[in-house]
Amino acid sequence: MAAFDEMLPEISGLRKPYSAYDRWLKEQDPARLTEKMQDAERVFRKTGITFAVYGEQEASERLIPFDIVPRIISGNEWRRLTQGIEQRVQALNAFLDDIYHRQEILRAGRVPKELIAKNEAFLPEMIGVRPPAGVYTHIIGVDIVRISENEFYVLEDNARTPSGVSYMLENRETMMQLFPELFQQIKVRPVENYPQLLRQSLAAVRPQGTKGAPTIAVLTPGSFNSAYFEHAFLADQMGVQLVEGQDLRVVDGHVAMRTTEGYKQIDVLYRRVDDSFLDPLTFRPDSALGVPGIMDVYRAGNITIANAPGTGIADDKAIYSYMPEIVEFYTGRKAILGNIPTWRCSEPDSLKYVLEHIDELVVKEVHGSGGYGMLVGPAATKKECEDFSKKLAAKPSNYIAQPTLALSTCPILTDKGLAPRHVDLRPYVLVSDRIQIVPGGLTRVALKEGSLVVNSSQGGGTKDTWVLDD
Amino acid sequence: MLLGRTANGLYWMNRYIERAENMARLVDAGLRMALTRTQNASEEWNSVLLSAGSDAAFTQKYSDYTAANVADFLLRDTSNPSSTMTSIETARNNARMVRTALTRETWESINEAWMSLKRMLAKPIDERDLPSVLDAIKRETALIRGSFYGTMLRNEIFDFSQLGTYVERADNTARILDVKYYVLLPSISWVGSTLDNYQWESILRSVSAHRSYRWVYEADYKPSNIADYLILNVRMPRSLTFCYRFLTEHLRFLGDDYGERHACHVTAGKTQAMLAAGSIKDIFDAGLHEFLANFIRDNIRLGDEIAQDYRFY
Repeated sequence: MAAFDEMLPEISGLRKPYSAYDRWLKEQDPARLTEKMQDAERVFRKTGITFAVYGEQEASERLIPFDIVPRIISGNEWRRLTQGIEQRVQALNAFLDDIYHRQEILRAGRVPKELIAKNEAFLPEMIGVRPPAGVYTHIIGVDIVRISENEFYVLEDNARTPSGVSYMLENRETMMQLFPELFQQIKVRPVENYPQLLRQSLAAVRPQGTKGAPTIAVLTPGSFNSAYFEHAFLADQMGVQLVEGQDLRVVDGHVAMRTTEGYKQIDVLYRRVDDSFLDPLTFRPDSALGVPGIMDVYRAGNITIANAPGTGIADDKAIYSYMPEIVEFYTGRKAILGNIPTWRCSEPDSLKYVLEHIDELVVKEVHGSGGYGMLVGPAATKKECEDFSKKLAAKPSNYIAQPTLALSTCPILTDKGLAPRHVDLRPYVLVSDRIQIVPGGLTRVALKEGSLVVNSSQGGGTKDTWVLDD
Repeated sequence: MLLGRTANGLYWMNRYIERAENMARLVDAGLRMALTRTQNASEEWNSVLLSAGSDAAFTQKYSDYTAANVADFLLRDTSNPSSTMTSIETARNNARMVRTALTRETWESINEAWMSLKRMLAKPIDERDLPSVLDAIKRETALIRGSFYGTMLRNEIFDFSQLGTYVERADNTARILDVKYYVLLPSISWVGSTLDNYQWESILRSVSAHRSYRWVYEADYKPSNIADYLILNVRMPRSLTFCYRFLTEHLRFLGDDYGERHACHVTAGKTQAMLAAGSIKDIFDAGLHEFLANFIRDNIRLGDEIAQDYRFY
């Protein structure tokens, strides 16, 4: 399968966004580049930018491999992308507001009722709750893939607690350390103000009754969580407290944290804990990661929780296939960014098709994430396909399927020089009284030749993503 | 504003960094004794283990007090909660938890110490390499201390860190003295023999004070001077008085900052006053062992009070 390479398409030659970089690259001594690659790894290990892989006993802390060839997007391409992303994010928030209030979209028959009612990501506790400033999903990571010069698709909307933004920031930091001269020659739009934007954005959605500057905190499940580094990093960069459930308690109708001087009120909580662990009184009673009673405080309008509980209903893979309808329903316009055609296996015709073509398709669990529980048909053995078909037939509504797209490639540096590898892109979007998108995002790259799975838990790496100031 | 949990993490991070280094120092002193004296080496290793508070755990695992066994147990055994390896690992876990309170330099120095010691202590230490391993441990902890002092803001974060360092250090010095208190007593009949000289040097060496002692006192080791040096000297960085000088100072800063004084202020103040008023003669007259036992008990109580007064849990 010949994929579109973002640097060097086979026929048209070097693409324009890469021309200045390519000039620079040609002047470099390959040995020096290899050295820089090793420098990068040292920097990451030293600063402790690691992540934990679930289910692997040894190496509980691993680095996400970093590739030193940047992924470059022109100013024009970026403008088009951001329009599409903004539209989509508006629709996501409007959908959430609707789904937890009047449910117009269900009444209009644009999204089937049972898809919501039976969905675990739908939280009945949120019905009728309007979060401070009316924002449900404050921080969104939209996964985008490209398949040709002008074709971009949304692969997934991450509207719960998207991770990876610390890699976007550290990747840039590392690149600027390794190649300062590059940034003098090429005008790349900065991403490093993300933490300030995030802080401002969170402050802007504080509860109405907040007196003075709001107290913001990041809620982490703890230092053994795979994304702990990021939680600490963001709290640190924003200059706010990093709290755990054990630090928090409801005091006088507010959520408060235990400090060396007693309990102090929190107004905005950027939580990196899943819905079900948030409040043991409302959700999982065995959760030690949350705050007993926080949902009551929330319903009383005395704390902002970002992202709001129940936002998962908007990025659910079963809902995903309805996103074109959802965007059109709430914005009155066709979606600027398309969806990948998706077969809902809950529908008999689709199931039949998927089972017949399983070796050509990518089949995903509706509630899965991180690349776990999915089948990439063309890369799977016959036996794997057969086994997966059985699982699929047993519980069709648990799966969706998509064609195996030829994701665009971008070169990485290997022992044998540059080699194309498949990439995707996750830009980060902040929603408050406005929508802000940091120019860039996290480019994930499948390091194995031919592989389409870019998830870090499955051997993916990352690249610095440049949006050119042109 | 500081989370109680963060204060707790800072406190223990520093206690464990201090402990990691103290273990290396104790092994160093034991090794010196074993090298310079062929007899009674096992007795010496026994007192090293007693000073480390690890004798009972050691004898469960080993029957021989040999350099290899003791070094292995105190430096690299991860089943020993106080070994250098466990200590540095615990220190790093705490540092990870309180990472937002640390400068990048401090975090990186702890992380690098952990990485390098983990590598170095992965396999049993060849006896020939023991001196260089001990040096490396002291160097890593010195680097942590250096980046900590060099970059941290002098605020409550610093205060809680220092409380951990000095509570641990005071405990360590007091234990070293208590294990050997009998060789410091003037009533012992073989005072002044070469044997005593070795013992005394070993005490000083285990707090890295064998050279500085001579700058302060006469060249000859004299038990009352050694005790004076380790208990009452204001300038000796591992003496009990020195530790309490800083403990009371950092507690005072916290009290001023927060505008509130607690039980821990009273406890630390009492010990400080007792040390300031005491002479080594009084301590010997009242009983060195009793003095040290009381000190260790009060020091533990101070740690508990700090945890409670500042809502560590």
